[in-house]
Amino acid sequence: MVEPRACLDCLRRSWLLAALGPYIEKIATGAVGSRSPELLRLSNEDLVAFAAPKVATRLLGGAAALSEQHLASELLAAQCWACCRHGDLYPEGLRDAADAPWALIGRGDPGLLDGLEPFGAVTVVGSRRATSYGREMARELGRELAAAGMVVVSGLAFGIDACAHRGAIDAGRTIAVLGCGPDTAYPASHRSLWRRICEKGLVLSEFPPGSAPWRWTFPARNRIMAALAGMTVVVEAAARSGSLITADLAADLGRDLGAVPGPVTSRASAGPNSLLAGGACLVRDAQDVLDAMLGAGAERIERGGPILDQDLADVLAAVEAGESGCDGVAAVLGLSGADAAAALSRLELLGYLTCSTVGLYSRTLLPAPTSAAI
Amino acid sequence: MARKKFQLWPEPLVTGALGRPSVLSVLATARTFTLDGIAARPVRVEVDVHRGLPGFAIVGLPDAAVREARERVRAALVNCGFEFPLRRIVVNLAPASLRKAGPGMDLAIAAALLSASGQLEWEGLSRVALAGELALDGSTRSVNGALAIAEAAREGGAEAIVVPAENGPEAALATGIDVIPLEGLGRLSALVAGEWEPPRPQALPLRLGSAPDGPDLADLRGQPHLRHALEVAAAGGHSLLMIGPPGAGKSLAASRLPSILPPLAPVEGLEVARIASACGRLGETLSGGRPFRSPHHTISPAGLIGGGSPPRPGEATLAHRGVLFLDELCEFRRDALEALRAPLESGEVSIARAASRRTLPCRFMLVAAANPCPCGRGEADPDCGCAPVAVQRYQGRLSGALADRIDILAAVRQPSAAEIGGGAGEPSADVRARVTTARERQERRLGPGRCNAEMTPAEARECALSTEAAALLTELYSRQRLSGRAHDRALRLAQTIADLAGSEAIGAKQMAQALQLRRRDRG
Repeated sequence: MVEPRACLDCLRRSWLLAALGPYIEKIATGAVGSRSPELLRLSNEDLVAFAAPKVATRLLGGAAALSEQHLASELLAAQCWACCRHGDLYPEGLRDAADAPWALIGRGDPGLLDGLEPFGAVTVVGSRRATSYGREMARELGRELAAAGMVVVSGLAFGIDACAHRGAIDAGRTIAVLGCGPDTAYPASHRSLWRRICEKGLVLSEFPPGSAPWRWTFPARNRIMAALAGMTVVVEAAARSGSLITADLAADLGRDLGAVPGPVTSRASAGPNSLLAGGACLVRDAQDVLDAMLGAGAERIERGGPILDQDLADVLAAVEAGESGCDGVAAVLGLSGADAAAALSRLELLGYLTCSTVGLYSRTLLPAPTSAAI
Repeated sequence: MARKKFQLWPEPLVTGALGRPSVLSVLATARTFTLDGIAARPVRVEVDVHRGLPGFAIVGLPDAAVREARERVRAALVNCGFEFPLRRIVVNLAPASLRKAGPGMDLAIAAALLSASGQLEWEGLSRVALAGELALDGSTRSVNGALAIAEAAREGGAEAIVVPAENGPEAALATGIDVIPLEGLGRLSALVAGEWEPPRPQALPLRLGSAPDGPDLADLRGQPHLRHALEVAAAGGHSLLMIGPPGAGKSLAASRLPSILPPLAPVEGLEVARIASACGRLGETLSGGRPFRSPHHTISPAGLIGGGSPPRPGEATLAHRGVLFLDELCEFRRDALEALRAPLESGEVSIARAASRRTLPCRFMLVAAANPCPCGRGEADPDCGCAPVAVQRYQGRLSGALADRIDILAAVRQPSAAEIGGGAGEPSADVRARVTTARERQERRLGPGRCNAEMTPAEARECALSTEAAALLTELYSRQRLSGRAHDRALRLAQTIADLAGSEAIGAKQMAQALQLRRRDRG
């Protein structure tokens, strides 16, 4: 276990960025805003001279005056920790980027960064205004990738991001990268999700505790998301969505790019569809992601349904044998009407059966578990 | 039965036909009723006899049947030995703004005319109500709504009501009023004179339970799922939709439903009797306790919920406290089914017409049956030749027609040869015992006369759920396969199943059964 440590210079850089927030916000609008990561390549002095020449001395002086004890106490008060580019905990993926953050402030389990290679993480991003299809896909991708051992990286935003986190948090590991301090839940309505990720996963940011989100900080955090993972999957995004910035950044870094196809008539799927047209990897499910990242067949996702006890297995077998109604199942197995109804209802809930509007059951594609031995 | 003795005729006094001193005009009034929906409205008959050209006019918004009372009354009076006065006779039916319908006012008009023309000295006439149709020979004929009329007379303060002898037992169901059966106009003089006192009629026996020789659920063989669905529907008052091929036993099952419902409470029994009486079908309905109505699918909206002028009750009201069975639900006219929506929710029909607005009760259990596809065999059957599009269109109608008012969906299949040949099923009495116990539990929880199907969403969310049952429901709900309405419906159903099982909290298995029985929102 590597202890999170950060050197003073890198930490001061974080605090300086927070102080520069409103100044960069003024100059980084429109097209400049979406390329804000490029600004962050500049050294402290150049950045301040460019963004806030009038108060340059004051800001630089203020940053230089920050003492190690003061910063440590502030981190401690916000229950955060920090690591920097000179430390061992700093993720490998970020070292590839010229504009990588100097220090990362984290809240949650630092163990998630320990030995995190790009091929061990997948970034799932997408539109905040997602459709139910997109949300469902994001949740499934998050769940299956996390269950397969991948770290699922996303941005805690509305829509796709939150669904990816929600899917992943119960099944495995997830990292949320924020555009504000890691101690701030943004958007505020995701406070409970943020708290769960703090407890079970990791919240990361390059900004110090208590700093506010600015428009330019979101493209900035997108570059961290793109660099952290070996593959970025866009689930749903409109034609000019911020998720496509993440996709561009990932492509610039030479990372894999995946996109979930959608209806060509759907505005919400315009982004991923155009990425696919440009040669992005087609993502239908988590298996496609794993195949692209690790090589085809390197890891299989077993997608069997839950294990059934003998009674339910008998009922399922009866339906597979052609019985479609409650009465038929009851007659074949010698059950009472009430028992057959309860069993069919449970199988429907488990996803093995569907029921038509006229009350007849049919088998879904979900494969039954091969062995009932467990 | 001890009966209040009422003296109709304080001093017997019958004058000779023309023994009165000649006055310019004589006025007499009598009280009667006209039927409006299922309620009786009081009507005061005023008869004025004065000199002038002989004539007989009836005023006060009479309908054709009332206007024809002229001829019936004239013939009846003459044939009973009275004299029809050759004077100018005006009959006013007050209040003048109320439409009067039906022949039930004949008797009151005749009595008032006799009084006005001095042939009958009846001092108590204004304290007595009269209702009845007259035949040409003067005998009385039965009228519809005798029970409602007798009750209205009691409410109006009348001390006695004179009804045709045929209606006597029916009217005697109303307590607290003296019912005098009259066979014919000829007996009126003797009655008024106190020379003849008719024997008081015995009240019609009000049977609350179903007839012992009626259809029994034992006829339904096999079909455990359908039986279970019927039992749950009866126990909670839930509406039920049965889908299955023709001849699978849907109609048979529906017609057995009243026999497993708990017996009517005496008050409810009287409500049913009042409606039956207003439609002139009292004897018929009372043979079987809860009514079972099965209108044909060509029925019009007015036929289903009531209408016309004056408003007459429809099938929904006739099924009050009983079962309304809509066979071939998809074949019903859409506007008729639409008209049924609001009454299903509120338990009463509101018929608004230009002239009036009437409210009729209609708390019934809705039971519907439909085929799975146009040919009826169902897609699973290899013989079904229906095109997929046709099936889709047919099932689309199913989901439109009243579907959101239906709680339980039961898929019915053709019973196997072994089941048909097997022994009789569980008899109605056994099922009814369980249903009655479950209803008692509901009444203790919700209040008298209420059942689980009538629970408000707030009440449904207060149902005691076991942890596993709550988890099942939450799982389905969170997968977005359940709307909020369906969520509450599942709770109501599960509560009924728990009531049937006699358990305090809803268990996981009961919730699973409820989720299976619920109607599906979409495929």
